[in-house]
Amino acid sequence: MPDTPIFRTDIGRRRFLAGAGLTFAVALGANGVVLTTPAHAKKTGRQVSAWVRIAPDESITILTPAAEMGQGSMTGVPVILAEEMDADWSKVALEMAPSDPEIYGYIRMRNGKPTRSMGIVGSRAIRSYYADMRKVGAQVRKVLIDNAARKWGVSASSLATVPSAVVHKASGRRMSYGEIAAFATVPAKLPEISTGDLKSPRDFRIVGTSVPRRDIPAKVNGSAQYSIDVDLPGMVYASTVHAPVQQSSPQRWNDAEIKAMPGVIGTVKLKQGVAVIADTFEHAMAARRALEVVWKDGKAAGFDSEPALDTAYLEASTDPKMSPVVLDKHGDDKAAFTAAAKTYKADYRSDFGYHAQMEPLNAVVRFNDAGDSVEVWEGSQMPGNSRKRIAKALGFSPEQVIHHQCYLGGGFGRRSINDYAIEAALIARDIKRPVKMIWTREEDIAYGMFRPQSFQCMEAALDPNGKVTGWRHCVVGDGKGLLQSGVKIPYYGIPNQLIERRDIAAHGVRLKHWRAVGHVFNIFAIEAFIDEMAVKEGMDPFAFRYERVGVSDRARKVFEELAGISDWKTKRPEGRALGMAMGNRSGALGGGVAEISLDKNSGVIRVHKIWMVVDAGTVVQPDAARANVESGIVYGLSSVLKERATMKNGVVEQSNFHDYEVLRMSEAPEEMRVEFIASDAKPDGVGEVGNPMVAAAVANAFYALTGKRLYHMPFTPARVKAALKA
Amino acid sequence: MVSFTLNGKPVSVSAEPGTMLLWVVRDRLKLTGTKYGCGAGLCGACTVHVNGKAVKSCQADVASLQDASITTIEGLSADAGHPLQKAWIAEQVPQCGYCQSGQIMKAAELLAKNANPSRAAIVSHMNGNICRCGTYKRIIAAIQRAAREG
Repeated sequence: MPDTPIFRTDIGRRRFLAGAGLTFAVALGANGVVLTTPAHAKKTGRQVSAWVRIAPDESITILTPAAEMGQGSMTGVPVILAEEMDADWSKVALEMAPSDPEIYGYIRMRNGKPTRSMGIVGSRAIRSYYADMRKVGAQVRKVLIDNAARKWGVSASSLATVPSAVVHKASGRRMSYGEIAAFATVPAKLPEISTGDLKSPRDFRIVGTSVPRRDIPAKVNGSAQYSIDVDLPGMVYASTVHAPVQQSSPQRWNDAEIKAMPGVIGTVKLKQGVAVIADTFEHAMAARRALEVVWKDGKAAGFDSEPALDTAYLEASTDPKMSPVVLDKHGDDKAAFTAAAKTYKADYRSDFGYHAQMEPLNAVVRFNDAGDSVEVWEGSQMPGNSRKRIAKALGFSPEQVIHHQCYLGGGFGRRSINDYAIEAALIARDIKRPVKMIWTREEDIAYGMFRPQSFQCMEAALDPNGKVTGWRHCVVGDGKGLLQSGVKIPYYGIPNQLIERRDIAAHGVRLKHWRAVGHVFNIFAIEAFIDEMAVKEGMDPFAFRYERVGVSDRARKVFEELAGISDWKTKRPEGRALGMAMGNRSGALGGGVAEISLDKNSGVIRVHKIWMVVDAGTVVQPDAARANVESGIVYGLSSVLKERATMKNGVVEQSNFHDYEVLRMSEAPEEMRVEFIASDAKPDGVGEVGNPMVAAAVANAFYALTGKRLYHMPFTPARVKAALKA
Repeated sequence: MVSFTLNGKPVSVSAEPGTMLLWVVRDRLKLTGTKYGCGAGLCGACTVHVNGKAVKSCQADVASLQDASITTIEGLSADAGHPLQKAWIAEQVPQCGYCQSGQIMKAAELLAKNANPSRAAIVSHMNGNICRCGTYKRIIAAIQRAAREG
């Protein structure tokens, strides 16, 4: 096994290009990753960097562009390239690509224009890089074959490859990739690759086999480096306190007193906070605790999150003066409701969610002596954006910012925006020392960016045959696009649909993507509502979906597999019950069944088992993909049973894991079974498909157990007890 | 000045009262495998061994550690060869990995006193260590594997 992946600096990048052997570079192209030669790229004046290098000692180095936050795509993306080039995976070493999307980014359409991004959000890594990595790998393989053909004086078509070697079947000759690299040249124009040049999935040797993740060895001996672990000579420590009411500015504080405290080096005024800098982090934390800041009024002042759901949100859901944003419309919903034989209606609510990534937000920053270049160490889901935003905050060009990607101690969407890294950069500039800035856990929560709370109104119309012919879903809240993910139901066959968003006045609370964001509350509402109808129509929830709602062929397959693996028809022991729900995310489609019990005295729901079936197209790394889905299920269950952030007068009321509780081992399901539908289709994202179905699966099981419905997530003991009395 | 043994080597540090072991280990002795997660003894990411007992180092005043024997993840084995570390790789446990030093140190305390723990004993012992990526199922499997394979 080669070494664990190397996180490189720009110096490393130059060394990489200069190394012995055969180097394949990438250059900026309009239609995805363009592989070229360093010499050719230089001649044409294009930006160039290395992507793959084969050395005469048989070692193969592949750059990996995917931020690693535990999802495993740092390993998974290069696996795709190695597959098509027919590399011997045991000879492949990985290096983290520089934070430079213009070279290492995948193409993404934004406002109709192709742009490049290294953003590892929305379960994008494997699905966004898949086609490009296959093409690049196929090009490398073709160049190796062409070189061997010339050497042997045979036609390229008479040659084949086996892992890390070209073979000539007719003569039995064999030449390893390392041997070829010693003499080979890369043509100025690389071979074109057509679909026929790509391997048939039948011939995959690595894709689909679960190679061990390369980041794991460093994560069991303490050597994996997160930005919080970076140590620089002369480094000082900083921590920030932000306004209790989010987004207000500091007016003044007890500066002299703070500066007289042990180890304190200085304070820095930030737009929305005050930073204290000290010789140790403990001194910085002590000074932070002693800070007495007078704040200007923040926008969120006066906002009470709990009553708002029953006042502003509820009112907005029916306010005729509002003009809702239409998110999806099919057929004629009005006609369907007018002609309905029966209608159903229900409302659902959900609270704010905090990411609670285990590594508190932090960054390390160092300016050069001239002050015209800055290095930033950060674990980022958006390294390219981070670099640009830091540059902008400092009045620099992006080239003046060297962004060192580190392992991420959890992302979940929070590390896709780098407000903390910008703070660290501003502090370092002001204090003129290398700085490690860490937000305390308390700060991480208080100044969090939350999954928005929401209110959902659902209506359905059934025709005289009991078919669901009309569907209305209105999501109400503050959060615009964050509110609407997962609100569409393309896997169902309801002919007349109106799906809307109603925006209420912004609260002034910072909001952000959160593992599947809107899917969490939208799919809760959709799937709990359908279950309620199924029960009232006296039907099994699977049968109701097949016969009355209509499901796509793809969904049908997932449902049938799910009913099979969960043994849906078999009655559970007394005190246990099952609930099922469907969920989609990032192209993947998944259905889950939860088996629960309830302690009626305490109001605690216990989820014993979860079965889940996912259609995610081609699964590149099945074990890692399964781990992603398991992780999503636990993350989802945590938010469904426990997690809620609340604001009183604009101030976040929770401060640490004692009052923002996340799921612990004793509360996790005793059994989780995750199966993937066999497929050759292009890969879909698996990082977030696990959690959206959990809320409704649990709520539906709760109904099966108790005859009561849960309409407000999380299903805290207090809410469970209230539901039992209802 | 407080003197103790860290991963088998004697060390002495001058520390004001109230200085927590976590920051001494990380920032002064440069062993960063031990993590800061909550600073309040709630998550277990900072778990180390003090005289063989798993302790949350964010709550351990260095002044109380005179002559103690302290082991961090870096000192658990010479070459990541501890049965738990091998099992952690075999079961592909870590995801983001940030909590895993603490998880392994906590699990090592269990196996040292109970070579063949039941599932219930594992859950009860490990419940103070949060894993936000939700790797609990694999942590249990890895502890069982380490117990089995030694």
